[in-house]
Amino acid sequence: MTFGEPARPATQPTPAAAARRLRDSTATEDGATALAMRAIVKRFGAFTALDGVDFSCRVGEVHALVGENGAGKSTLMKVLTGAYQADGGEIELFGQRVSFGHPLDAQRAGISVIHQEFNLLPHRTVAQNIFLGREPHHFGILDERLLRQRVLQLLADLHVDHFLDPSTLVGELSVAQQQMVEIAKAMSFEARVVVMDEPTAALAAPEVEVLFGLIRKLTERGVTVVYISHRFREIFAIADRVTVLKDGVLVGTREREGLTSGELVRMMVGRDLADYYPERAKPEEIGDEVIAVRSGSNDVLHDIDMHVRAGEVLGVAGLQGAGRTELAQALFGVKPFTSGEVWLNGKQVHFRSPRDAVRRRMGFITEDRKSEGLALRQPIRDNVVLSFRAMQPLLARLGRDGSHGHPSVAELTRSVDVRAAGLYQEAQFLSGGNQQKVVLAKWLATAEDVLIFDEPTRGIDVNGKAAIHRLIREAAREGMAVLMISSELLEVIGMSDRIIVMREGTIAGELEAGASEAEIMALATHGLDPLEPEARAAAVPDEAVAVKPGARP
Amino acid sequence: MSTRVLAPRRSRRLRIPIIWWLLAATFLIAWLLVSQYGRGDFVAPSNLNNIVERSTALGIVAVGQTFAILVGSLDLSVAYLISVTAVMASFIMQGDPSRVPLALLVVFAIGGVVGVTNGLLVTKARINPLIATLGVGLILRGLLNASFQNFAGSVPASFQYLAYGSIGPIPVPMLLFAALVAIAALTLKRTRFGAHIYAVGGDRATARLSGIRSDRVVIGAHVVTSMTAVLTGLYLASRLRSGAPWIGTDGVYDLESIAAVVVGGTVLAGGRGGVLGTVAGVLIFATLDVMFNQLGIGSYTKQVLRGLIIIAAVAIYAYRSREVVG
Repeated sequence: MTFGEPARPATQPTPAAAARRLRDSTATEDGATALAMRAIVKRFGAFTALDGVDFSCRVGEVHALVGENGAGKSTLMKVLTGAYQADGGEIELFGQRVSFGHPLDAQRAGISVIHQEFNLLPHRTVAQNIFLGREPHHFGILDERLLRQRVLQLLADLHVDHFLDPSTLVGELSVAQQQMVEIAKAMSFEARVVVMDEPTAALAAPEVEVLFGLIRKLTERGVTVVYISHRFREIFAIADRVTVLKDGVLVGTREREGLTSGELVRMMVGRDLADYYPERAKPEEIGDEVIAVRSGSNDVLHDIDMHVRAGEVLGVAGLQGAGRTELAQALFGVKPFTSGEVWLNGKQVHFRSPRDAVRRRMGFITEDRKSEGLALRQPIRDNVVLSFRAMQPLLARLGRDGSHGHPSVAELTRSVDVRAAGLYQEAQFLSGGNQQKVVLAKWLATAEDVLIFDEPTRGIDVNGKAAIHRLIREAAREGMAVLMISSELLEVIGMSDRIIVMREGTIAGELEAGASEAEIMALATHGLDPLEPEARAAAVPDEAVAVKPGARP
Repeated sequence: MSTRVLAPRRSRRLRIPIIWWLLAATFLIAWLLVSQYGRGDFVAPSNLNNIVERSTALGIVAVGQTFAILVGSLDLSVAYLISVTAVMASFIMQGDPSRVPLALLVVFAIGGVVGVTNGLLVTKARINPLIATLGVGLILRGLLNASFQNFAGSVPASFQYLAYGSIGPIPVPMLLFAALVAIAALTLKRTRFGAHIYAVGGDRATARLSGIRSDRVVIGAHVVTSMTAVLTGLYLASRLRSGAPWIGTDGVYDLESIAAVVVGGTVLAGGRGGVLGTVAGVLIFATLDVMFNQLGIGSYTKQVLRGLIIIAAVAIYAYRSREVVG
């Protein structure tokens, strides 16, 4: 099948596009190579992000690109689309050497990327967004009828016309619908390679199903889909081939047929990975209930009943949008519960603002450390005393490091092992792991009872992760009650002494330490599995995936 | 949740923007207060005319200011450009009708240069628009004050038709203003330039990644703003028969036009709003002015009340936008 054979030729635009199709039609047989990246090298200063990576895709296949955070998946795709320039290697698209200077060039050549963060304007309509910058017009006057027609055609081709109306404002759409708009936009560029970066991160199960239908529709039309994800069941459900990257090096490319999830895990994590999760709490280390919620509700959450005890790490799992972050925010007074009770150290509390929570010796390491955790342009020193200084009386004498004796900044940064040029280095120049340590140090200056972590290791490299995991465990060992939210199932399983799973704004269930991926996912999706039975069978984790207590697989 | 979430919401709710309710409320309150405590009839044709007339000068430049703000910039040089235009126009015309075309050519050329300069400073030199346009404005003021100290020249009587003529019962300036508003509104809504203005103001990175040459759009918006400042200058020259170096700054057209745009519902960060809201904002200001006059309220009290109203309007928007987004 040749690509882009228009279903209804009337909507296929511009002679230039037609010419391009003609030119390329020779190379677009199914099974032929659509894209070949060879020996790609990319360095950032002394750091080698990609070291001689080979990656190739066949026409019309779904090719999953997997690896841990920091493995180089995004970097590879940025090199492909011209957002980064490679330091070595070559890229071939349908048999022709290419090198793009700007994502726009790549888009014109038929490579579109659907980012996790959509590039859409919320206050403009679906139609306006899809043809942004390419609006049909006559001498500068917009032809809105033609625009609407083209968009309707596009949506009909993708069989999503019953989900989307071209004149709706994008800001009024659900995340799943916005994603459809992005895909439609990609197809309006006649994309032949579509890169999807964690497309299901923000989708509920039924929406994932719709997305998969859409992806199949694309591949039927000869479009190649590069599917970046670390969700095994999705990879096994949709991918034809899987390529694994680790620390910027290609581990291998495998047909999905015959690949087990155990093998995939070993490819991703590596056999000899030394960083084990720290040992879990022993029963005698776990103390009394520190913080507890009884039937807490607000506009997102309902019927929340949970508690965290001193010395334990309570893991919170769930899909995006299940209310995990909202739970943390409710506990910390950012968006408090509007009904129900919160008890802290045996006393009922009513937090109205984060300040109330800080005053009661709680700390909240937020998901987005750059905008919520750190003052990026301030030195480490000021970041560490941010909360402490805020809680001091107006005329307190704070001394030179702002802490006036009480835990000094130097001690705090030492205790979390921040690697920096000095205390006056600005936070923005630290690595993700060290930034996270600074945020933690900030909270260790004031928090004594409760620490809440929301995605503590997002965007942090493997070594940094291990260090953060150790620090989380240390905090618990010193008697704090720790709540840890994470989207990485292995992290939740590896770190938690107890796991609660959230779904649709409430707690769907509680699991013991060492629960398996499958158990968590069952609770998180309410058995509403988006996948076909056979795919599910393939995705059931084998023995190697179940994380043994206290260790990574 | 599946089907409900995914089904399209076909609600392009055709709400009357809140600003028009505010205008109506302002008008009613003014009417009540004036008929109770003031002198004269608030809804007399002469008085309504007065409201519109007061709106014209500010309205023209505020329409232009809307463009600058929609792309995420703003223009503080308009007040000085208004002065420059009025002075240059009347100085070149010297009361001679045959010199009108030359004068128009010169002032529009000046407007073009100022607009492009503002745009280049904001885009290519990446100077904060607040500073860039203020700097340009101060340069204009310096140049002007170095050459003119008082009313310079005069416009011919025929040119005053612009400010004082009328077609049937409708004053010419009102017609011209209405035409300007219509053109501006259509430009924003129906042209590619307009679509790109909203795109660039909404998210410059997204616009750029979509292939929009955002710098050109910003520069274009600044040229529109400067041109409306020129139009305001010409209108004032026509009204006053001559231009003086202080007429732009005396009218506080820079800050007032920005205030009118923001009160009219255009987001200061750009990407959202439009000229119709701005017109409502200008009319609110004018209604209040007339009301204060008829009630005999002192000019300082007037300023305090205006300030309060601006803050209140913006607070309402902030509250509502939180509602929508949150």
